[in-house]
Amino acid sequence: MANKTTPLTILDRPNSYIGRSLSREGAKRAVAGRGRYTDDISLPRMLHAAFVRSPYAHAKILAVNVDEARQQPEVALVMTGTELQELCTGPWIGTLSSFEGMKSAPQYPMAIERACWQGEPIVMVVASSRAAAEDAAEFVIIEYEELPVVADKETALDPECPIIHPELGDNLAFRKIIDNGDVKQGLADADIVIEETFEFGRHTAVSLETRALLADYSKADGHLTLYTSSQVPHMIQAVFARTLGLPEHNVRIIAPDVGGSFGLKIHSYGDEVATTAASIKLGRPVKFIADRLESFLTDIHARENRVWGRIGVSKEGEIKSLEIDVRSAAGAYSQFPRTSVFEANQILNITGGPYKHKNYKAKTEVVYLNKVPTSQYRAVGHPIGNSVGEALVDQAAEACGIDPLEMRRRNIMEDDQYPRVSAAGIKLQDMSHQQCLEALAKHMDYENLRVEQDKFRKNGIQRGIGIAAFIKGTAPGPAGYYGTGGAPISSQDACTIKLEPSGGVICMVGVTDQGQGVDTVMGQIAASVLGLRAESVRVIEGDTDAVPYGGGTYASRATAIGGEATYQASLLLRKEILSIAGTLLQAEPITLDIVDENVVNKSDNQIRISVSEIGRIGHFQVAELPNNIQPTLSVTYRYRLHDALYIFTNGIQGAYVEVDIDTGFIKLLNHWVVEDCGRVISPQLADEQVRGGCVQGIGGALYEECVYNEAAQLQNGTLADYLTPMAGEMPDINVYHIQTPTSVSELGAKGVGESGTGAAPAVLMNAVNDALRPFDACVTKQPMTPETVLASLGKV
Amino acid sequence: MSEETSEIKLTVNGDLITKTVNVRQHLVDFLRLELGLTGSHLGCEHGICGACSVWVDGLVVRGCLMLAVQADGGDVTTIEGLTETGEIADLQKNFVDRNALQCGFCTPGMLMTLAELLRKSELSSREEIREHISGNYCRCTGYHAIVDAVETTIRDRLGDS
Repeated sequence: MANKTTPLTILDRPNSYIGRSLSREGAKRAVAGRGRYTDDISLPRMLHAAFVRSPYAHAKILAVNVDEARQQPEVALVMTGTELQELCTGPWIGTLSSFEGMKSAPQYPMAIERACWQGEPIVMVVASSRAAAEDAAEFVIIEYEELPVVADKETALDPECPIIHPELGDNLAFRKIIDNGDVKQGLADADIVIEETFEFGRHTAVSLETRALLADYSKADGHLTLYTSSQVPHMIQAVFARTLGLPEHNVRIIAPDVGGSFGLKIHSYGDEVATTAASIKLGRPVKFIADRLESFLTDIHARENRVWGRIGVSKEGEIKSLEIDVRSAAGAYSQFPRTSVFEANQILNITGGPYKHKNYKAKTEVVYLNKVPTSQYRAVGHPIGNSVGEALVDQAAEACGIDPLEMRRRNIMEDDQYPRVSAAGIKLQDMSHQQCLEALAKHMDYENLRVEQDKFRKNGIQRGIGIAAFIKGTAPGPAGYYGTGGAPISSQDACTIKLEPSGGVICMVGVTDQGQGVDTVMGQIAASVLGLRAESVRVIEGDTDAVPYGGGTYASRATAIGGEATYQASLLLRKEILSIAGTLLQAEPITLDIVDENVVNKSDNQIRISVSEIGRIGHFQVAELPNNIQPTLSVTYRYRLHDALYIFTNGIQGAYVEVDIDTGFIKLLNHWVVEDCGRVISPQLADEQVRGGCVQGIGGALYEECVYNEAAQLQNGTLADYLTPMAGEMPDINVYHIQTPTSVSELGAKGVGESGTGAAPAVLMNAVNDALRPFDACVTKQPMTPETVLASLGKV
Repeated sequence: MSEETSEIKLTVNGDLITKTVNVRQHLVDFLRLELGLTGSHLGCEHGICGACSVWVDGLVVRGCLMLAVQADGGDVTTIEGLTETGEIADLQKNFVDRNALQCGFCTPGMLMTLAELLRKSELSSREEIREHISGNYCRCTGYHAIVDAVETTIRDRLGDS
């Protein structure tokens, strides 16, 4: 339901599907084992690719001998990096002009003279089975000369540190400073100043379905079809076509069911380009499915940051100044085309974002390391920015002797003071920090929980309560980073909707579904606007031959951007249906409505003509219409944000944990989220986005880390060694929504997919430190392993 | 390398199958590649994630840790077969109704594992349900909705709502 400031629209009618939870068609297939993921697709004469990858983080490639590999049974092709380079139009350079001063070295899909990270592909072997390809790969002989390795972000800019790409002059990818207000004055005005340094480990997405691509090039007509587990089919079309010199319109990208994505699958990967090149060269389908070990080594990583922070507050708890200094670790190259600097950029944008303070100084340096490239992963930067900001606010509250919830109550932005600009310079509007905070206090039963905590404490059981407010950038606009910066990535999105002769509706959208229910939500919107039953609308996504051009799904944009496009397209189709009905019925369209599949009189709801009859006449009996009326019954609407960088959402999380101070184990007892994603289309799907997102954030906060040694060798590249959240350790998660529709669209939806992930690490770190408070201990490192907890207690 | 092969006879979803297989082929690859039973998925190929869980002689096994030749003479059930029997139709419906899956990649393995719990016909606490699926990795849901769906199914079966 819309809030009181928004006029009622067609979506608020009693028969609307908005605000109702419908089941997903994809779910019905998946439970029966009828999902269709990329690896489930087999084509005639299909081949399989396997890769020989660099075992070293940094090494000169002296010689590559593939002669024996080529002689192995069932081998169709062995391709070296040099051979692949000849098939490429040029190297990738992972910079965007929107990041001023950013630099990155040119890179090809496979290493040529030098490998710069462990796992970088060097030779591709293509054979009739993956097993045969792996067997033959054993016969590839590569001579290396090891080179000095840059493994530590802290020393990467030191004068004595080796430079990974000498042509860049140093290992710096990007530097940025925000200096707003007057931090010096703020510090002078503060009664209490707190400073702390935080460490965040590198981790990765670990989608259960690994990266997957099946390339099918036809030499007969020069057409390429890629079946691939991707969130962004049109970006893949543009990048792969341009890299391999094909006309973009002859390249079709099909994203079948996608087995988890989380940002991992918005990127372009060298081994996937190599696989596509093999298909072009051979004229046969070639499949590449990363195995789990390859995933850990070669999927984008994220989050490796060290952040120093300082907060100044008055003794009443008013935030006077906030400063952060971020050392952010990229890999050996900046990921093309989305870059590896977004994480740091977002940390700067959102740290301290819920609060009214004016004085903010933030600096980052992003440095190259001999590790796999980092890039966007669910809730980019937010887990770090929120953890830092919320930990500093908690420490300041403690120093002031103010309860953490009360501290936030005093500092959060007022609900009636928008639009406004945050201290970081971010334009904010339509937010509800105060409502969310009070709702959280009520749902947690905050005061009684504090009483319970005290009781346990008296019995030697250390429980902690965490609070973390947050903002989240969703649905980026064209004034932001990608398209403006030169990347072939659309920030607008589109819906083509058409009435079929039967009265059914086909709705084709540029945004994509990876199980979130994007298709279900688009169907709900279209059916509501058109006055049809949900089952009369079929949504098609994930096929560039079918859908209008769009950005796909990233940065929580599908419902906010794609949903508005679908809403507006549906309104236009509705208008045409009513116009044709008006002509046929000799009635003014404005006097007509569509209810439950029929055109009715607005005045008395009397049925006048069915929508299927309009469809039939509009397609087959057009002679019934005057010559000056040419039905199209098909509409494309394209939607973009105007000036806004993002549609920001807000919310607050609460956590209740128990810390065993002898073992360092953290037990999650309860978790609450109150968030404001604007108008909620499907309550169930929104809730499940938040729950799943929280657990992904919890993983990063407690367990997940890609551990590298000083030679930049990954130490834990299996699921046995890399810990992920499993059912036994996770809590139930209570989710609540405050709905403040965004005023930038008529639908009013904001993004919801990343809010859980963005703040869960912050609330957990605060909860753990609340439990440790009697011991004067403080954890500042994530993941918060038992060892980290014990170290904070001085026990190890 | 010439492949060593062996002939195996086994029952898969009630059908008697005789096939010559590479002795190094895993059971899940055999099911997917040779029989087209793509409902069983490969998530890690080292026995952790549970996406390839199938039944062999009534027990849940990791299809990636067992060779096809080891299933010789055995009785294998996959999600396709279990769906056709209707044994967990209620659980499957509750998964859909409760949205206890998103991407769906873990779901067949999750359901094969949960069918074992349901066969016990005992009331299970949420903790026990969580424990039972603690070897099945789901990156999407956070598990809460899965536990809800299982809890509903068990209660309905025991007539205790």
